[in-house]
Amino acid sequence: MNGVRERLTSRALTSVAVVIAVLWTTPTLGLLLSSFRPEEEIKTTGWWTLFGTPHFTLDNYGEVLSGGGNGSGRLAEYFVNSVVITLPSVLFPLVLAFFAAYALAWIDFRGRDALVVGIFALQVVPLQMALVPLLKLFSQGWLFLPAWNLTGPARFGQIWFAHTVFALPFAVFLLHNFLAGLPRDLIEAARVDGASHGTLLLRIVLPLARPALVSFAVIQFIWVWNDLLVALTLSGGSAETAPMTVRLASLAGTYGNEWQRLTAGAFVAACVPLLVFFSLRRHFARGLLAGSVKG
Amino acid sequence: MRFGARLTLAVIALAALAAACGVPQDSGPQSHTAVDCGPYAKYGKHPGAKVTVYAENRDREADLFEETWADFSDCTGIDVQYEGDGEFEAQIQLRVDGGSAPDVAFFPQPGLLERFARVGKLKPASAGVVALAKQGWSADWNSYATVNGTLYGTPLVANVKSFVWYSPKFFRDRGLSVPRTWSELMAVTEKVAASGAKPWCAGIESAEATGWPVTDWIEDVLLRQQGTDVYDQWVAHEIPFDDPRVIKAMDTVGSILKNDRYANGGFGPARSMASISFQEAGTPILSGDCAMHRQASFYADMWPKGTEIGPDKDVYAFLLPGADPANRPVLGGGVFTAAFADRPEVRAYQEYLASADFANARMKKGPFVSANKGVDLANAATPVDRLSIQLLQDPRTQFRFDGSDLMPASVGAGTFWKGSVDWIGGASTRQVADSIERSWPSR
Repeated sequence: MNGVRERLTSRALTSVAVVIAVLWTTPTLGLLLSSFRPEEEIKTTGWWTLFGTPHFTLDNYGEVLSGGGNGSGRLAEYFVNSVVITLPSVLFPLVLAFFAAYALAWIDFRGRDALVVGIFALQVVPLQMALVPLLKLFSQGWLFLPAWNLTGPARFGQIWFAHTVFALPFAVFLLHNFLAGLPRDLIEAARVDGASHGTLLLRIVLPLARPALVSFAVIQFIWVWNDLLVALTLSGGSAETAPMTVRLASLAGTYGNEWQRLTAGAFVAACVPLLVFFSLRRHFARGLLAGSVKG
Repeated sequence: MRFGARLTLAVIALAALAAACGVPQDSGPQSHTAVDCGPYAKYGKHPGAKVTVYAENRDREADLFEETWADFSDCTGIDVQYEGDGEFEAQIQLRVDGGSAPDVAFFPQPGLLERFARVGKLKPASAGVVALAKQGWSADWNSYATVNGTLYGTPLVANVKSFVWYSPKFFRDRGLSVPRTWSELMAVTEKVAASGAKPWCAGIESAEATGWPVTDWIEDVLLRQQGTDVYDQWVAHEIPFDDPRVIKAMDTVGSILKNDRYANGGFGPARSMASISFQEAGTPILSGDCAMHRQASFYADMWPKGTEIGPDKDVYAFLLPGADPANRPVLGGGVFTAAFADRPEVRAYQEYLASADFANARMKKGPFVSANKGVDLANAATPVDRLSIQLLQDPRTQFRFDGSDLMPASVGAGTFWKGSVDWIGGASTRQVADSIERSWPSR
């Protein structure tokens, strides 16, 4: 173990890692610098010329964030929608999958293994294939289920539902593998002491499962925040319910001639995932192994 | 505990951020000063009714549309909910299949409209719309929204693609005059090239649609060399894509676009156009590095801010000439409205869009071209719009729709575009035309 660590931290490998990091960050840095340049300069010269002739402006940010109508960014309004869409779309599958994973891992019932395999298998259904049936369910109903026929802000419900449904197989699979790896002795000791399933779940399993829960939450958060397809199909595209990604996709104008807005728009959209990732980074790195090593 | 506290903090911070950003941005509807509802009385009153509209036009164009029908909305009580989406062509199919079609869609391609009409998803136009269509547009224009003899909608936007943009000052300084025939055009080209400047500039990069400006070039030249009949046969695939007459048109285009002496002004060798975005391709005209740029009327929106358009201003346009001045074919495109619902308010809204009143009101707001015979030239926002409308209203003009929009999508929005990129990159005309011909779907 020590040998591996030493070899990985050798000077040569460190410098390779630094070079890769620089190469990967340079385009993003260019985008960031561009977002502070005036429109004419963005369109005529490269971002590196900024060092020769530093002209900084916040116009791009002002343009994409505020304003009214379709001709200005209004990302601020869409930003709120993104938050409203993302938080429940992370919490719903997290809670549901946590309970389901516990039941599948620690409660014995007939057909449990088949159910686990079934859920595992559901992961292979591509999201794109399910969009039209899902839309039909919302607009026309299915079997005994009535049509939803949502309008206005109620359409958030459709998006929450879709993201929850699409996330569950993976969430259950990830959490199940993690929970099944908890020491049997621990669970049994608690049971002997008279803990009910409820106590067990909240007092013993929840604290232990934290890394897995956090890593799933971060993955799901970034996925939902960056999602365009589901939002485009289900949100209706108006400033009432559409998230930032939908707005970003049309920010460049019908003929794409306003593309200077994308520089600032990209950073407004990226700031939240970056914040989430950096604030939860430690938990995330620990949770990456969640479910992968069955103990 | 530590973790819980941090998480709470993160959530609070997020919520605060959201609240801070989300506050008053609503500018609200512009306060309308006393609207004269007289002209809108014929559309009836539909209090509380709602019409959803789905289209490709977004940004400033979407604003102008919404401002235009604001009075209509106020007077009739119809709430028009407009949604502009860059993914229109893919998403409209998804929405229709999923049972949540919009009430009205603006189709940028007649082929797409035809597809939904054939499967019975579109509602045929009402008697009122049919009457307005007959009154407002030529038979040619109405035929693009007609499937199996049934009219489904009306043209909304028109654009003229056969324009050559140039700088009047550049021409004046060098003693050049606007060419009226193809040979005059080539004489101007040669004169500019002899002076050391490159006469033409072009750019064909346009994300997934890269290559389309070349297809327009080829269509325009074919239309001029062989006339409308051959053009129609070619588009309908009654003659093969690689017919010798088409090869000749392509070679003519190639003698300009693939010629390092003639192109690519301001950018470098001819093949550089593959990586130049079409939105920027004309800018060297302003700096005098390029003399001419063939691009549609909507290129007026793409000049850098502050560029003035007019016969004696920074830039202007002339119609790409034919063999003689009397031969004036015009290549163009258009957007068509069609409805997926036939509720009374949808009918009323469609009739309003089909009226010359709408086109005139829209033209007063900003650059816009309609092929409606009832539009008033005085309302044209720019000299190029005026020129476009004059051409469209002139009975001698032979208008033809952009062929790549009428061909099967796998060719018109697929192999034709990709083949054009290869062709600019150096592939031979024969090779490219043959491979596009082979890609034509068999029935």
